[in-house]
Amino acid sequence: MKRTNEKVAEQFPTFQILNEEGKVVNEEKMPKLSDDEFKDLMTRMVYTRILDQRSIALNRQGRLGFYAPTAGQEASQLGSHFALEKDDYLLPGYRDVPQLIWHGLPLYKAFLWSRGHFAGGQMPEGVHAMVPQIIIGAQYVQTAGVALGMKKRGEKRVAVTYTGDGGTSQGDFYEGMNFAGAFDAPAIFIAQNNRFAISTPVEKQTKAETLAQKAVAAGIEGIQVDGMDVLAVYVATKEARERAINGEGPTLIETLTYRYGPHTMAGDDPTRYRTKDLDSEWEQKDPLVRFRKFLEDKGIWSEEEENEVIERAKEEIKAAIKEADGVPKQKVTDLIGNMYETLPQNLQEQMEEYKAKESK
Amino acid sequence: MAQMTMIQAITDALRVELKNDENVVLFGEDVGKNGGVFRATEGLQDEFGEDRVFDTPLAESGIGGLAIGLATQGFRPVPEIQFFGFVYEVMDSISGQMARMRYRSGNTVNMPITLRSPFGGGVHTPEMHADSLEGLMAQQPGLKVVIPSNPYDAKGLLISAIRDNDPVIYLEHMKLYRSFRDEVPEEEYTIELGKANVKREGTDITLIAYGAMVQASMKAAEELEKNGVSAEVIDLRTIAPLDVETIVESVKKTGRAVVVQEAQRVAGIASQIVAEIQERAILHLEAPVLRVTAPDTVYSFPQAEEVWLPNHKDIVNKANEAMNY
Ligand SMILES: Cc1ncc(C[n+]2csc(CCOP(=O)(O)OP(=O)(O)O)c2C)c(N)n1
Ligand SMILES: [Mg+2]
Repeated sequence: MKRTNEKVAEQFPTFQILNEEGKVVNEEKMPKLSDDEFKDLMTRMVYTRILDQRSIALNRQGRLGFYAPTAGQEASQLGSHFALEKDDYLLPGYRDVPQLIWHGLPLYKAFLWSRGHFAGGQMPEGVHAMVPQIIIGAQYVQTAGVALGMKKRGEKRVAVTYTGDGGTSQGDFYEGMNFAGAFDAPAIFIAQNNRFAISTPVEKQTKAETLAQKAVAAGIEGIQVDGMDVLAVYVATKEARERAINGEGPTLIETLTYRYGPHTMAGDDPTRYRTKDLDSEWEQKDPLVRFRKFLEDKGIWSEEEENEVIERAKEEIKAAIKEADGVPKQKVTDLIGNMYETLPQNLQEQMEEYKAKESK
Repeated sequence: MAQMTMIQAITDALRVELKNDENVVLFGEDVGKNGGVFRATEGLQDEFGEDRVFDTPLAESGIGGLAIGLATQGFRPVPEIQFFGFVYEVMDSISGQMARMRYRSGNTVNMPITLRSPFGGGVHTPEMHADSLEGLMAQQPGLKVVIPSNPYDAKGLLISAIRDNDPVIYLEHMKLYRSFRDEVPEEEYTIELGKANVKREGTDITLIAYGAMVQASMKAAEELEKNGVSAEVIDLRTIAPLDVETIVESVKKTGRAVVVQEAQRVAGIASQIVAEIQERAILHLEAPVLRVTAPDTVYSFPQAEEVWLPNHKDIVNKANEAMNY
């Protein structure tokens, strides 16, 4: 397909701080993080990579339900989340469970959500987030509402939402950005461009050269970021957050990333639509490898430290599965009870009917 | 004749119509190279080219609008909505637009669109994938709604749907895709839309069902037989328009009926059928017409799915209730 919008795309160069060798290429934008903060970032990425591996294994053993793999997207997911405050509100998609976990969702609840248990959707007090969205794009329009609410209350908080490259084709994507822009609401829209929507390559989603440039029509800030560079993602999000709480309106951030695994664990076969060459091209850019080099060069990360994180992750995952196993099995009567604040007549009758069924 | 699963029969019907009519075009999310997430369109892009079978950007309202536009240009669009829970995203195209185009244009514009979509429970999908939303479609004047219960019907009904000049919503129950095989003729054949099929003859009670509940009803009928109850089973095949004649004729003969739907109870097809029966055959009834349905909650999260879904035992119990009235 001939692309006619190179001029627009030129305004959205890829923002990078660390190159693939872990060398700083943009000293000016280097964030002022302490050594502990750098290590925290790495810890989160390593932990999440292990969580992904264990989740895939648990799914294969039938001990988890729905699961959308995350390996490859750690910098995009966790670098952006690292720039947020505890009081900010998250509107994640189905693949964005890691951000939720670092926002305070207990691991066992994430597992319950995967298994299709209502308790997985019950956010603990103080965790400001929506249940992961299944309907692609729905979270974008809702984000405008969350952000407008914060603005009306005069709070210094932001609403942050995630979708994929495919998600940027939905009408909701444009409506959400346009609404947030029109109200100058403190929102951050993150489009994680992992190059595929299930099997469909991003080139087939749109004639636009970049996804970031879609901000132009909404009149909001847009930036394309190397989504395998955790520092670049962090800085782009941090700056977007600053603008948002200063009343300067929303930002669209496109992160260039890749999912190494299948779309979900429900029968997707990436070899049908991706080449091995493309896989290894992206594996060269791995966010963990790159950041590890950076930390090792600084002399603040070692193999022992990484192994400690890995062991801790494995232990905590094991404990969380055990905790999830211990939660009483969900019943139809639970679901009936969760339908309305006060049960109408038909559901009152059905409650009795299913209680009788369940006691058999 | 070949042994085919329902998904193979659907692919076969699509191939037949792509061959028969150059105006037939297939499109949707991941239907091209990937052959659809259930492989319903497997191999069709290779065989017929990207012009005829193609992937769209990810937007259901876009897919619906594309179908309507292509229909005005003489095409016979067969769009796929990846899971029917996403129908809300394309609701205006379906109910606000394609269903009304003939009416709006004073009967001058055809909308020969067949919108295919998987639905139905029992396969542990995440939320918004398994809901039975056929009632929403059946309530919209101007649409036909087809729900096959087996591979043979799936092929004949799909070919009829594609050839129909009105919009057809063709719903494919996921649990039936690969659960059994049928003899399916290699050649083309059609099954008339709007006609129910008496799957099993009986004299004591009529079980009326569609989709996956047909199998459950057949199983219930076998069990009832063991206790000396002779059940007739009607497979609706099409829920809009409804074949009231076949239903009423059967109930006049048996005097009793149980209507079965996987959907929730309120405002469903079963309610419509009960109303038709009591309006047309009340003096033939030996017992109230009863319903077997799911409870009135949103479709169950996977962990309680098996209890939530109606099954053959529920049907046997209801049938016995009617017999002992
Ligand atoms: C409204 C809607 N349409 C279709 C789907 C089915 N679906 C789930 S994920 C997906 C692809 C999404 O791709 P992208 O937005 O790039 O996100 P990624 O999965 O790559 O993270 C599709 C089509 C859905 N969940 N919701
Ligand atoms: Mg994607």
